[in-house]
Amino acid sequence: MNARLAAWGFVIPAVAIIAVFFLLPVMGALALSFTDFDLYALADLRNLRFVGLHNYERLLETALFWQALGNTLYFVAVGVPLSIGMSLGAALLLNSSVTRATAFFRTALFAPVVTTLVAVAVIWRYLFHTRYGLVNYALGMAHVAPVDWLGNPHWAMPTIILFAVWKNFGYNMVIFMAGLQAIPRELYEAARIDGASGWRQFLHVTVPMLGPTLSLVAILTMAGYFQLFAEPYVMTEGGPLQSTLSVLYFMFNEGFKWWNLGAASAVAFLLFAPIFLVTAVLLRLARSREVA
Amino acid sequence: MNRRAAVLVVNGLLVGLAVIALFPLLWMVSVSFMPTGAASTLPPPLLPAAPTLANYRELFGRVGMGRYLLNSLVISTAITLGSLALNLMAGYAFSKLQFVGRERLFKALIGALVIPSQVAMMPLFLLLKNLGLINTYGGVIVPALAGIFGIYLVRQYAQSIPDELLEAARVDGAGELLIFTRIVLPLLKPIVITLAIFTFLGSWNDFMWPLIVLTDQGLQTLPVALASLSREHVQDNELMMAGSVVTVLPVLALFLALQRHYIDGLLLGSVKG
Amino acid sequence: MAGWKRPLRVRARLEDSKPLSGLIDRRRLLAGAGAAWVAAGLGARIAQADDATVAGTKSARPVQLRCWFMGHEAEFVAPLLPEFERRNPGITVAIQQVPWTAAHEKLLTAFAADGLPDLCNLGNTWIPEFAALNALEPLDAYIAASQVVAPLDYFPGIWDTNRMDGAVLGIPWYVDTRLLFYRRDLLAQAGFDHPPSTWNEWARMLAAVKTNAGPGRYATLLPLNEFPPLLALALQQAEPLLRDGGRRGNFSNDGFRRTLSFYVEMFRRGWAPMLTYSQIPNPWAEFGRGFFTFYISGPWNIEEFQHRLPAELSHAWTTAPLPGPDGPGASSAGGTSLVIFRFARHKDAVWRLIEYLSEPATQIRFHQLTGDLPPRRSAWRDPQLSANEYAKAFREQLERVKPTPKVPEWENIVNQMQEMAAQVVAGRFSVDAGTQELDRRVDATLEKRRWMLDRRHTV
Repeated sequence: MNARLAAWGFVIPAVAIIAVFFLLPVMGALALSFTDFDLYALADLRNLRFVGLHNYERLLETALFWQALGNTLYFVAVGVPLSIGMSLGAALLLNSSVTRATAFFRTALFAPVVTTLVAVAVIWRYLFHTRYGLVNYALGMAHVAPVDWLGNPHWAMPTIILFAVWKNFGYNMVIFMAGLQAIPRELYEAARIDGASGWRQFLHVTVPMLGPTLSLVAILTMAGYFQLFAEPYVMTEGGPLQSTLSVLYFMFNEGFKWWNLGAASAVAFLLFAPIFLVTAVLLRLARSREVA
Repeated sequence: MNRRAAVLVVNGLLVGLAVIALFPLLWMVSVSFMPTGAASTLPPPLLPAAPTLANYRELFGRVGMGRYLLNSLVISTAITLGSLALNLMAGYAFSKLQFVGRERLFKALIGALVIPSQVAMMPLFLLLKNLGLINTYGGVIVPALAGIFGIYLVRQYAQSIPDELLEAARVDGAGELLIFTRIVLPLLKPIVITLAIFTFLGSWNDFMWPLIVLTDQGLQTLPVALASLSREHVQDNELMMAGSVVTVLPVLALFLALQRHYIDGLLLGSVKG
Repeated sequence: MAGWKRPLRVRARLEDSKPLSGLIDRRRLLAGAGAAWVAAGLGARIAQADDATVAGTKSARPVQLRCWFMGHEAEFVAPLLPEFERRNPGITVAIQQVPWTAAHEKLLTAFAADGLPDLCNLGNTWIPEFAALNALEPLDAYIAASQVVAPLDYFPGIWDTNRMDGAVLGIPWYVDTRLLFYRRDLLAQAGFDHPPSTWNEWARMLAAVKTNAGPGRYATLLPLNEFPPLLALALQQAEPLLRDGGRRGNFSNDGFRRTLSFYVEMFRRGWAPMLTYSQIPNPWAEFGRGFFTFYISGPWNIEEFQHRLPAELSHAWTTAPLPGPDGPGASSAGGTSLVIFRFARHKDAVWRLIEYLSEPATQIRFHQLTGDLPPRRSAWRDPQLSANEYAKAFREQLERVKPTPKVPEWENIVNQMQEMAAQVVAGRFSVDAGTQELDRRVDATLEKRRWMLDRRHTV
């Protein structure tokens, strides 16, 4: 069998699926975003209009879009550092020499990652119930007034952030563990001999050595957090007062609730752009630091 | 800080974290065994006073969870098997087989990883509608049959296969397909298992796409069914917890059984490759 | 949100999400579809299986109708079907149940995927939308030839909601409107022995009830993420909610601003708590314990309150028509209508099902099963309904119902209205600024409609 033909034979099925069911629709979305495809157009294609950048302009003037963007940025700005902090902290704990039952702890801390988001969102929604939730009950025992976690516009997003961090921190924790284990012991020895305390060792050995891992984790986590959807969909339906409406949820509403596919596609690209930019910038930074 | 204190602090913190991580899951199981309305009392109960299987009976009886479980099983299995086949072949080819534009194509695919899948959702919906795949298992399975991340993982792992082994086989006159099935696949076994777990977990937990594509209630997967149930039954918390247990248990069990492979695979994909 | 019809969560019966009740038709059961399906508990449907053997072989090929029923009505339609199938051998009916929370999306997705059923009970506020999609079959010819469906027997406000551009697109199946449910014992404690008939009177009562109730309890409940109460009050104004033939928003005119001000006042003065629906998992229990005295709700709660309130409270509550700005007020003309979708294959057979479900006798039977109110005056003469003290207020209110604007974008617009109302209640906008902003947003939503209408005029 011709080796080259075989090679194509191996590659084409997968690449074809990706091309037809991913790349083609992405280009289609770009095209759609320049039209006002909606219910009327769904009924009769003659109702379709080419509107150029009008969808984008309209979106940038829509208060709800900015609210969704603000909510999403809030989620990313607070959630990513919190998540990475917790993951790193947990990894350091697990990696320490005084830990017992490492395997058990690692499994326990990782378990939330594999659970189905919808299922645990339902649990959390109930744990944080204003009247009957265990969280407020525990607060009550500490003589703290009950908080309306999911009903108060100021607390709803923090609750969702907490939830997302709880669900995900195990994932990055494992990555950090591997990164930590790759740091040669001699470096710590050398630092200790030089009289560095634990904290200074952390600052001058751990952090620099973890640099590439940290960047990677930050990029992946950030890209993932921009795509917030399922948590508000299940827990708060975007409320209260649209305080947990994310850009993706907004897109879902526009596209699959109201069938404004043109506008929804524009939202998708407006979401994609910052992700792409931030990722590109961070990658550039990471690479330049590596070279240095 | 002396060693004794260090042991206490570190392990204490870990215990605390473990409690935070596991408590909601354990409580979920506990509530699922409580009779209706028992969880909506003050003080909120931790353990059922009178454990009952009523919620599960209700779930599989009136609510028909068995049907959703079946849907999830069929879809996740189909996606896992199908995408394994395609991703393994492609990943191997990108690593070990020569063809024009191999590196450029691979780089392009990696670049496409940045694009969030939601961008493609709406036109994909229209495309599938024209193919008659909306509201069918196929609508969920077919687009998931190949994944860039999967191909990447396989390629990275396949790099470690010695070329000489393959060359020797070729010299002996073996065809490419034979080489792949007899020599390469056994060597790729760890990544096969990892990828299988990844894919199964991912497709089992997938929510947004099945929500959009599967309009027929009888075809829904567990997460979608659970979400729609939870939006309607604001009162029946015990039932919701039972539904959550049924949704989470299979993947948790799978994870516990195969966690070594899963975590190894995670590391493979993320730490320098 | 849950759309115009009752939010399904209010019913919260498990039957609501029974998927296996869908697409099971008895012929297949008889043909031995398998123990698995039977074991899945098909209840009433299986019990009727014996009757089905009577079904003759009159027509050459059995016709199967695919029907979607929104809300829990699906299970209560099932017992009505054997009689229909007995009278119409050769036609079988397969039902699928669709919860209200997902109905709008499911219907549109089905439309997009060419997967609409033959018949469904469409919320009448959605009729303009599906008419714009050209998805509904005009029924005038069928009505003209029918002995059963008599347009004049229906409440005019309700019948009107089914008329679009001169054609009748649906036959009302059950009606829905909103009016006051109230605790007359608590109202009496506050010093009143009759329900309010004007807004001013109502305001005085709300203030008195709140004073009497004290902190932690309220005079009324208006969930902030539900539009029906505000909509009902808004429809009482003379000014329409959209102007220019539904081309532009009219929310910043005096009428709606008056309504919104009244609505906001209820929160400002502490008569209503600032809560959303999901924060009140059990409104019936709360009604029972006096958390609120007045509640704007619909017919299904007659049954619900009767079932869920303790026996000693059974005479403590009753219903009353909505008070209006200057006298008894109008309310929303809601309900669902039976529609035939354009691409249905056996339209005559579907029409026969519609006729059967529209017979006064069937409507009364359906009412007995569900508590849903019939849209025909003749059905209301049935002693059971006419004697029902709670239903009396509905009978009166139904003569004073107004339809919502008949534009396809209405579902979207009414949601925007409620979102803005919640913002105004929360103090983020003043009534004036909020309604102006609302009009701006609604105008943007209606832009395509303006273009389409203009084009139609020039074409």
